[in-house]
Amino acid sequence: MHNFLEIVALSIGVSLAATAVATAISLPIGTALAIFPFRGRRLVVVLINAFFGLPPVVVGLVLYLALSRSGPLGSLALLFTPAAMVIAQTILAVPIITALVHRASERAWARYGDELTSDGATRLQAVPQILMIIRADLVTAVLAGFGRTVSEVGAVILVGGNIRGLTRTMTTTVALQTSQGDLSLALALGAVLVGISISISATVFALAGRARNAGSDEV
Amino acid sequence: MMKFRNVLALIATLATTHASAAEPQSIVLASTTSVEASGLLSNILPQFTASTGITVNVVAQGTGKALDTARRGDADLLLVHDPEAEQAFMDEGHGSARRQIAWNDFIIVGPSADPAHVKGGSDSVAAFKAIATSQAPFVSRGDKSGTNTAELRLWKIAGQTPDVLAKEKWYRDIGGGMGQALNAASAMDAYTLSDRGTWLSFGNKGSLTVAIEGDPRLINRYDVIELNPRKHAGAKLAAAKAFADWLVSSEGQQAIGAYQANGQKLFNPSASSPK
Repeated sequence: MHNFLEIVALSIGVSLAATAVATAISLPIGTALAIFPFRGRRLVVVLINAFFGLPPVVVGLVLYLALSRSGPLGSLALLFTPAAMVIAQTILAVPIITALVHRASERAWARYGDELTSDGATRLQAVPQILMIIRADLVTAVLAGFGRTVSEVGAVILVGGNIRGLTRTMTTTVALQTSQGDLSLALALGAVLVGISISISATVFALAGRARNAGSDEV
Repeated sequence: MMKFRNVLALIATLATTHASAAEPQSIVLASTTSVEASGLLSNILPQFTASTGITVNVVAQGTGKALDTARRGDADLLLVHDPEAEQAFMDEGHGSARRQIAWNDFIIVGPSADPAHVKGGSDSVAAFKAIATSQAPFVSRGDKSGTNTAELRLWKIAGQTPDVLAKEKWYRDIGGGMGQALNAASAMDAYTLSDRGTWLSFGNKGSLTVAIEGDPRLINRYDVIELNPRKHAGAKLAAAKAFADWLVSSEGQQAIGAYQANGQKLFNPSASSPK
């Protein structure tokens, strides 16, 4: 399998991009939901948690219709490109990261909120401190988002089209090998993929652990 | 350190490269799963790309879905194998030219135990009748692919309609690709209709063997369809035409005929004498 590295690189690249975009969206939303009270906040939180288990294949289908040349976003010509897969995975990761960030922020705010605003500081000024307090949970949230994106097949095969050398990811390759009856090859590839995603998660988690221990001296 | 003039030259080079890259040098080909799963396309596409510089991005779907993808405007060219569905596509005005590039045949495969006692014959309709009578398990693609509609046509001649078949326990509609159907048939000791290309390159046959072959009703024709510019102005029609022309050219026909899997020829080029 000469293009194996290409497939792994594409897969991880797409998932990292989606996780980065999703994190940029989810961090402010998750924290703001915990700190700033507004009418309907409870409902928003319930909705985000409800989207935790969004079926990927439905996300893929809706996005497929939206990105189709005859769909509302057709002029962007994104269908069957890696960008379409990034969008699909971002949609899947945002509820997960947002919900986890919100839960951690809510706990931290309940505990430290009064303290952080006692010297006249506004809630907005307390945001960076809350993020510092929950940084270990942030790592978990981002990893959960990455895990969701890298292991997903239903949405990316629809909007990416499983094009060899362009949109063929690790998961869609396993699906394809299985459909060609190369079960042992599919299984071997699957084992490699599991190994890769476990190593990435373990590495990030270990790095975050070291940062956490180093930071604990300052508190 | 790079001189300013060199930087300018580099930028100019990049800009012109980008300008030429802005020409439509890649097309989306919506194709049937069999030409992808059998390895045909990945074998012949490099030859076409080498001589023209055009990349062909293959989205492999069943014929029904491929035609729908093109109807929606999401493909630039079609490579499919369902004469009736293709005719409907042309009648709707979506296609501009339809040319046969190759043919092979369908086969009925089944478990070596052969519970319906059909092995060795060439009459596909008699075999379907025997399968229905003995209620031996039969796997249907159920995905509106070319193979699925070919199967349903045979069932119709054998006196069975889709509505009746759907109620039969032995008739198992899996709603999947050819490979999935073969995997399922292998696991359930069932009969199924397969295109020969996918069958020959399939790696998980288990106890499945060819039961019926050689029936003229089992001919499987592959057509390339160019899209009508009046309905599909957004498609990259010039590059698509270049590939369609290449497929029927002597070079393309030779490439199709030369492709083998496990030492066997999978597709018979037929552009000059359509079957």
